[in-house]
Amino acid sequence: MSAASTTRLAEEKSLVQLTAKDYKGKVDPDWCPGCGDFGVLSSLQKVCAELKLPPHQVVTVSGIGCSSNFPGFFNAFGMHTLHGRALAVATGVKMANHELTVVATGGDGDGYGIGGNHFTHTARRNVDITYLVMNNQIYGLTTGQVSPTSCEGMKTKSTPFGSVERPVNPITSAIMNGATFVARGYSGDQKQLTTLMKQAIEHRGFALIDIFSPCVTFNHDNDYAFFRPRIKKLEDEGHDPTDWKTACEKAMLWGDTIYTGLFLQRVASSLDEVEPVLDEGGPLCFRPLGISKEQSDRILKRMM
Amino acid sequence: MSSRNFDFAFAIGGAAGQGIATPGDILARIFVRRGLHLYTYNAYQSIIRGGHIFLAVRISDQPVGNHGDKFDLLLCLNQDTMNRHLPLMGPGSRVLFNSDDIQPGQAAEGVQLCPLPVGDLTGGSRNKLVQNTVALGAMMHLFGMNFKLLEDALTLQFKRKGQEVVDENVSTARAGFDHAKANFEPFADPVPQGGKPLAVWAGNEALAMGGAAAGVKFYCAYPMSPSTGVLHWMAKNARELGIMVRQVEDEIGVANMAIGAAHAGCRSMCATSGGGFALMTEAVGSAAMMEIPVVFIDVQRAGPSTGVPTKTEQGDLWQMLGASQGDFERFIVAPRDCLDAFNTVPELFNLVDRCQCPGIIVSDLLISEGRFSVDPADINMQPEIDRGEIINQPGAVNGAASSNGYLRYKITESGISPRAIPGIEGHVHVVATDEHDQDGVLISDEFTNPHKRRSMVEKRARKFKDIASRIAPPELEGPADADVTLIGWGSTHGVIKEACEQLQALGISANHVGVKWIVPLHAERLTEIITRAKHTIIVENNYSGQFYRYLRSETGLSVNGHIRKYDGEPFMPHHIVNGVREQLAGKTDHSVPYQEVMV
Repeated sequence: MSAASTTRLAEEKSLVQLTAKDYKGKVDPDWCPGCGDFGVLSSLQKVCAELKLPPHQVVTVSGIGCSSNFPGFFNAFGMHTLHGRALAVATGVKMANHELTVVATGGDGDGYGIGGNHFTHTARRNVDITYLVMNNQIYGLTTGQVSPTSCEGMKTKSTPFGSVERPVNPITSAIMNGATFVARGYSGDQKQLTTLMKQAIEHRGFALIDIFSPCVTFNHDNDYAFFRPRIKKLEDEGHDPTDWKTACEKAMLWGDTIYTGLFLQRVASSLDEVEPVLDEGGPLCFRPLGISKEQSDRILKRMM
Repeated sequence: MSSRNFDFAFAIGGAAGQGIATPGDILARIFVRRGLHLYTYNAYQSIIRGGHIFLAVRISDQPVGNHGDKFDLLLCLNQDTMNRHLPLMGPGSRVLFNSDDIQPGQAAEGVQLCPLPVGDLTGGSRNKLVQNTVALGAMMHLFGMNFKLLEDALTLQFKRKGQEVVDENVSTARAGFDHAKANFEPFADPVPQGGKPLAVWAGNEALAMGGAAAGVKFYCAYPMSPSTGVLHWMAKNARELGIMVRQVEDEIGVANMAIGAAHAGCRSMCATSGGGFALMTEAVGSAAMMEIPVVFIDVQRAGPSTGVPTKTEQGDLWQMLGASQGDFERFIVAPRDCLDAFNTVPELFNLVDRCQCPGIIVSDLLISEGRFSVDPADINMQPEIDRGEIINQPGAVNGAASSNGYLRYKITESGISPRAIPGIEGHVHVVATDEHDQDGVLISDEFTNPHKRRSMVEKRARKFKDIASRIAPPELEGPADADVTLIGWGSTHGVIKEACEQLQALGISANHVGVKWIVPLHAERLTEIITRAKHTIIVENNYSGQFYRYLRSETGLSVNGHIRKYDGEPFMPHHIVNGVREQLAGKTDHSVPYQEVMV
């Protein structure tokens, strides 16, 4: 970030008094009563206010699914894009204006299924994006089919006799793909979730928070009653987020104990930091268009 | 007939890895520096080593728009080339070959075989590429050119590798030159001196440069032949020009990333070929729905599916017309040559910025991978830039008292709603690929709202009302009352033009129209041309007459005949001339030219 814009942001921050209400979108969420996504929405609203991020400096980008309706319920710039493509679009936004805070939101099907390829590569590139995945282990908007995170044996409309496939593990996948901030939240614990979100937004690089966000309508296996007794917090056990091996071990537990919290965080340059074109000159989107006479003369000379 | 005083073509054939490109490049540079016009077509295979590669280079004192009908000189780098192409060489031509390794076949009468004892000439060098340099020297003699020109070109080519390499190459070339001088008769017409020095470029470079000139700040792609040259140029020049270039995991990511960058305010572009474009198509519709201007380039190759990756075709037209689900407007433009490809990019960017929509450039292997001479003075690197109604300055005022007053998709008479980019205070909004209202709020989840839906569909469509008036209509070239009118689109313009000249010389009056803008189509102008023409023939590089069917759907008109080629190779002028002649003689109304050069 250029010195001038950093100063500008600092000035803006000191002037603004923001509350969670300032991030309330134009329409109210149309999620089912009891949906875990409400907790994710209110957490992000609180965090943005705490971080004093002016709504016009924030962009939420989503794909398709119940949780992908998120940008419409949140007062900031938003893009509600194609199924599975949130991270690709969000990368484009971030590269065009790296001074924006970019938050991608979506569900498990959107992010780990149809968008799986972008998930891998956005993590690898360490794009400075916060990715909130509202993981309900089911396809809700299409009325209840098996998802990439559905448990083995789960009965859904597309697996009426129980799923024979094993689920993806978003946490270990993200770690293996090179994500630099990997956490798991639970929409039933907003206190922890807001802390994680705050850390994720402040983290430079790709930050995943996989959030258990129960679908009360279509997933009766993994509801609040399922999670409540099982969830244990990594921070309560003094987990060291620089220890990726232990992080993976703990992320793979899925039984009487299921961990939430910050599994891994490491320092690595984000894509905008290593991209030389962004070294100076500010965000690309504000730079003058076209090329100078000197530049074009050099190009034409090389063609001779 | 154009006043073409000098018209010479040569070909270099060999296997991939035999270094065909280097002598091709060196000669091209020598000719364009001399002010001669140049058109090259490289027939190659999807192979890194081996196979057969055939580089055709045509030079003239006049502009050339195709690779011509014949070769005056053939350089065989392997036996395979000799076997395939010798039978095509006619009287007066020369055939150069390394006589250590290659046996000449039976040449037609009047063909001068020019064996080069490469081993003897180079003191038994074991460098496999040495035959190319010997041949270059010999060619200079045959062209009737001064050896110094080659010496300078070799120095330029190899100076980065050190003086030793330069000296070795020059002395090797000199041996070839001297041998040729002692043994072979040069061409009767030496290569003349042309006008002012020209430059050489490929279509993909022109497309990339057009993007740079248009102010592209974000370019992304996934490698795919024959479009990868755009990525290469961009990657090489990006840092100097302040353009961000990303190679993305797949074309789905490419298209969506380009859309993200475009939404955030950059002029944003991506290129691919038909298969990659298939993956991009859903995003094309999303750009239309979210009203985000992006330029997509499709460099056509022979299909379907992975098809023939290194061969040319005009087979993607209907893919572009039908790209993405739903009913929406897009621009589709097919440049007619390399310089036109360059100029098309800024022109299209101005249009998509104005209409906040996707635009597609349909190139093909012929334009994109061909190398052509160009007068640098004709390359306008500072074209007019018009970003349309964009709100992209920090501190912009939206005319309303509060941020709630800004409507991203405001219904206006023109259909154009001022587009604010993220980061601009007072203009917070959400864009959506779902149908939405003026304020960007989804209406897809409402039980029913046919009126809102209708008004949004009509708003988007209104942007394109009378848009055809902003682009140049197709022009009829040649005599107005010609016996036959040829209709083509995109890259066939140059070869059709020359076919008309050849027909004229044969006493058949011919004119032609080369359509560049597919959408919007100047249907009225084309109707006027077709209804006035005596005999109309559509020339297309595909099997099913894709443009013909589109033209019929837009004008309700048919034509008298068709010339179609779908063997992967581009048209040569005589293919068209022969087709026209047989059709005018009433023999057929559907000609499929035979491709003689077995590449």
